[in-house]
Amino acid sequence: MEKRSLTCIGCPLGCTVTVELNNREILNVTGNTCKRGDDYARKEVTRPMRTVTSTVRVMNGVLPVVSVKTEADIPKEKIMDIMQSLRDLNVPAPVHIGDMILENAADTGVNIVATKSVAVKIG
Amino acid sequence: MNSYNADTMHINTAQDAAADGIQFYDIVIIGGGPAGLAAAVSARKNGIENILILERDNKLGGILNQCIHNGFGLHTFREELTGPEYADRFIRQAAALKIPHKLNTMVLDISKEKLITAVNSTDGLLQIKANAVILAMGCRERARGALNIPGSRPAGIYSAGTAQYLVNMEGYMPGREVVILGSGDIGLIMARRMTLEGANVKVVAELMPYSGGLKRNIVQCLDDYGIPLKLSHTVIAIRGKKRLEGVTLAQVDENGKPIPGTEEDYSCDTLLLSCGLIPENELSRGIGTEMDPVTGGPCVNESLETSIPGVFACGNVLHVHDLVDYVSEEAAAAGKNAASYVRQADGGADTAPAEKFESGDGATPSCKDQSEIPLISTGGVRYTVPKTVCIDRMEDLLTVRFRVGAVYKNSFISVYLNDEQILHRKKPIMAPGEMEQIILQKTQLEAVKNLKTITIRITDC
Repeated sequence: MEKRSLTCIGCPLGCTVTVELNNREILNVTGNTCKRGDDYARKEVTRPMRTVTSTVRVMNGVLPVVSVKTEADIPKEKIMDIMQSLRDLNVPAPVHIGDMILENAADTGVNIVATKSVAVKIG
Repeated sequence: MNSYNADTMHINTAQDAAADGIQFYDIVIIGGGPAGLAAAVSARKNGIENILILERDNKLGGILNQCIHNGFGLHTFREELTGPEYADRFIRQAAALKIPHKLNTMVLDISKEKLITAVNSTDGLLQIKANAVILAMGCRERARGALNIPGSRPAGIYSAGTAQYLVNMEGYMPGREVVILGSGDIGLIMARRMTLEGANVKVVAELMPYSGGLKRNIVQCLDDYGIPLKLSHTVIAIRGKKRLEGVTLAQVDENGKPIPGTEEDYSCDTLLLSCGLIPENELSRGIGTEMDPVTGGPCVNESLETSIPGVFACGNVLHVHDLVDYVSEEAAAAGKNAASYVRQADGGADTAPAEKFESGDGATPSCKDQSEIPLISTGGVRYTVPKTVCIDRMEDLLTVRFRVGAVYKNSFISVYLNDEQILHRKKPIMAPGEMEQIILQKTQLEAVKNLKTITIRITDC
């Protein structure tokens, strides 16, 4: 049997919730004050998901980088793979907010989209 | 680098051509960040056509432009946006309403008569007369000089927000081996951001026994990456001459004094400071608005109007917020109130106070019996915004925002009208890092004969 301890992010209380696991099967959740803590802990130990935000280099833009995000949450263990997939990317200006920057990043099935617009640099 | 094309929208109003070259606007908004934009949109929606936003940066959106992380807008738009996306929503609204703005324009002075002196490279020196002014200049970070950290002054020590600008706007990494002092949200966000970009973030030290940041940021920015958070710790020495080489952390006692024997050395080339935000009020002080020493912002009444009539304040210049959604909400109220002020000053005909159960949409009635009722913060409540209430002027519901001075568990927010308790709400947790709010009802205030004080305090069970 395995015990995992995590901090609930449901509210500022930040309960330390302990999950007892047996081979990925959740046996018990303790330490939470409300149901949100139970839900959070169960999701967090089985399939933690995150949105990744970063920047990508822009060629010939008024800014040297454009901010981007994963269009949807991706599995937490894929965060660094996503970052690696953005590292050598270089997109031409103009970039518009919502533009797709990279399709199916790190085989997550999730696209990377621009979160701001970068105009072409004049002169 | 940045191209400074001054894309100031051209302004051509009838009042423009005053003989002395002074431009005229009903409402001028100082700052084009989230507060300024929301205030402008709201003022326009409340019927004021002649509005101008003055912004010193080369783009609208303020600090949101560099806050590329997500988590914005859950209250306002019911979806999770990044900072630039949140800003874009408001920039679009302002553009759709054809609200003009001037970029790269620095306001130098605002007089009591609401004559604004500003400067930019296309207009030169500008003088603008406004019927109403909305202060929305935001805040800035507390710098090393204000923290009294001993040691040499090598390169490599940045405020967390400066590092955020370098990484997210300029595409530079400020360093590779990082220690962060202060657990404010920007510091936590930068711990994750620098880690994602390949830096080694060794530790976050926090002087207080609790974090100043949101719980969610501690979990998703530190715990996710195994970055330790050392509470009741501070930097007591800085090493390195040209470039930072390392820092010494020590535990502090309950008075914030380092405890001998707890020193720990960390080698690092970068120290980020995330030790609090200070409302940026040079202009407000110049006008002569009364200031609140606790918030560092102007004292305001229920209309978010400062002690100078027709000068309103909202957003982080008024008091530092933790969520931009509340900034937008507050700014919308300031914009609406400024619009009422202008209509009242314009028409002269003072509309009667709104009917009790209608949302007051008429002109702002003046505080007839001159009774500005003070809101008293005590028993753990550090401050309130607003600081006074005029019942005649207040709308049916008034949001009062405040912060507590320490961590309170299983305590109550209690509100008293004179000595009578009207609210006793249990809160499982309250912390200095999380803004609290209560709603006052006009009918409740009107029901009390001879109302002298409204008191907000934290009480135990």
